Amino acid sequence: MANARHRNARGQTLEAAAGNGLIDRRALLGRGMVFAGAMGAGIGPSSAAAGAEPLADDPWSMEVGDPMPLYQVPSKFETKVARTLSNPNHEPRNSHARTPHHLLEGTTTPNGLHFAINHAGVPNIDPEKHRLVIHGLVKRPLEFTLETLSRYPMISRVSFVECGGNSAPMFSPEPMQETVQALHGLASCAEWTGLKLSTLLEETGIDPSAKWFIAEGADSPRLSRSVPMKKALDDAMIALYQNGERIMPGNGYPMRLLLPGYEGNMNVKFLRRIKLVDQPAMSMYEARTYSQILPNGKAYRFYFLQEVKSFITSPSHGMMLKGPGLQEISGIAYSGTGRVEKVMVSADGGQSWAQAALQEPVLSKAFTRFRMPWRWDGGPATLLSRAWDEAGNVQPTRAEFVAARGELTKPAPVLTFPNQHYNSITSWGVASNGEVKHVYV
Amino acid sequence: MFTSRCAIFSAALLSAMMTDASLAETPNLGKPIDETAIAAWDISILPDGAGLPKGSGTPAQGAVVYADKCALCHGDNGKGGSAAALVSDREIAGISAAQKTIKNFWPYSTTIFDFIRRAMPFQTPRSLTDDEVYALTAYILAENKLIGANDMMNAQTLPKVKMPNRENFIIRFPDRI
Repeated sequence: MANARHRNARGQTLEAAAGNGLIDRRALLGRGMVFAGAMGAGIGPSSAAAGAEPLADDPWSMEVGDPMPLYQVPSKFETKVARTLSNPNHEPRNSHARTPHHLLEGTTTPNGLHFAINHAGVPNIDPEKHRLVIHGLVKRPLEFTLETLSRYPMISRVSFVECGGNSAPMFSPEPMQETVQALHGLASCAEWTGLKLSTLLEETGIDPSAKWFIAEGADSPRLSRSVPMKKALDDAMIALYQNGERIMPGNGYPMRLLLPGYEGNMNVKFLRRIKLVDQPAMSMYEARTYSQILPNGKAYRFYFLQEVKSFITSPSHGMMLKGPGLQEISGIAYSGTGRVEKVMVSADGGQSWAQAALQEPVLSKAFTRFRMPWRWDGGPATLLSRAWDEAGNVQPTRAEFVAARGELTKPAPVLTFPNQHYNSITSWGVASNGEVKHVYV
Repeated sequence: MFTSRCAIFSAALLSAMMTDASLAETPNLGKPIDETAIAAWDISILPDGAGLPKGSGTPAQGAVVYADKCALCHGDNGKGGSAAALVSDREIAGISAAQKTIKNFWPYSTTIFDFIRRAMPFQTPRSLTDDEVYALTAYILAENKLIGANDMMNAQTLPKVKMPNRENFIIRFPDRI
């Protein structure tokens, strides 16, 4: 199998890269036609052509279309491309909206589909009245408006944001039969534009005794988190724009803290106050919620980092492969410490691996799209992806992860958060009938 | 010797001037504001008690406020309802976050005061007086047998409450702090 060669329609060679049909990624790189041609070869272009219906003009080609809206929304045929809601009836508790990774491509999460978690609804903030105050252990406390902040030099960076509790269903002792949206939908990636927090701290001045800052939102629970000054002086941002437009209400309008690579909850939305302090506040979210119980009964505190991770978005749980032949395995990889270095893919449950192609540009602390050509022979297959980051961190196997962090004794409801910071491998089992299901390897 | 000291001094002066210059180069659009003007927003409480306001409350006073404003969601006597239980003797078994209780997990008593004051009641946050928040904190601590039934909580007594799980945490990435 390892030496198997296939020729595509143009006579080019597709070399097997690993077991169960994985093909060398170079079949993809910069040569999209190779793959397109190969796909035709796989399903037999001549027989397909013989069955084609004669073409005719459709109604939309015969009439003037709709007027253009001021703000366009996706086609009415795309309504299933939507977030899932954990609290659709707006009961008095928090609510989550998950990104449909399996229905998206590329690396940018459209603003309407960016994941969001809000703890007491989405506040209606008047941007004219919103204020950001920076005080505490500073030389002079300052107050900023959205208008004044908009006059500062801007920077843009593409950054993923991931909830520390994303992938929590994976702590279950058996694979939850859920989509990639339910399992991993609390992570998204956008281009954020705003100011470096350090620019504003230059103006307030920093008292040398400041070791942390407390960030607080203008939402009704006044969500607050403590962040080390180290991050403030590194890459922390006050974000004002999301993918080129003002931040979505559910994502923190009119301004949010952006801490690239750090757990979502710390990226405080509706940001209204930053207080420099000499010790962490031990707010509920850091002292309780985002501290993780370990198998030995102790707990992690200040995890912060979203570690290197990847998952295949297509094919994934709930999909049905149409038939044997060439397919593309596509997925997302990211790391809170920097760039994704490489992603390996297996089609035989981890017995053999091949390196996936990474879509350029590969950006630090951002979603990276990986792709892998695969010839499905119609038999059972188990698809896995595993990522490495530029710092040398590797996504753990499930066995390694469970050994270190433990697992639940029985499955927990999929919308609950039994533990956090799960970054191990996700596996999809493909049955002979083409059905794709979540499995553990 | 004198020359080189002079050179060092000049370099230091130059660097100070450059710092001033770079300061001058930021837009400087922030409006100076006094801490007194921030007071209504500055509700941060630190675990050593910094930021705790004046006022006090007892478990008995807290029981009255609790029945009126908290029991609907958190259940009678803090045993839980549509919102989390606040009173429990459960020991941690397994890694599920559902195991966490105030008594077996929360490392600092100040967190209770802080969260009630900033976020509760869910529908009308910031509607409680500081005395009521102290009283509710005292009630929850007493029901969990973390303080005596008649212990008054205030800015001095609250930070001194010993929480059983305090020493049980591991900082995940110390080099990031």
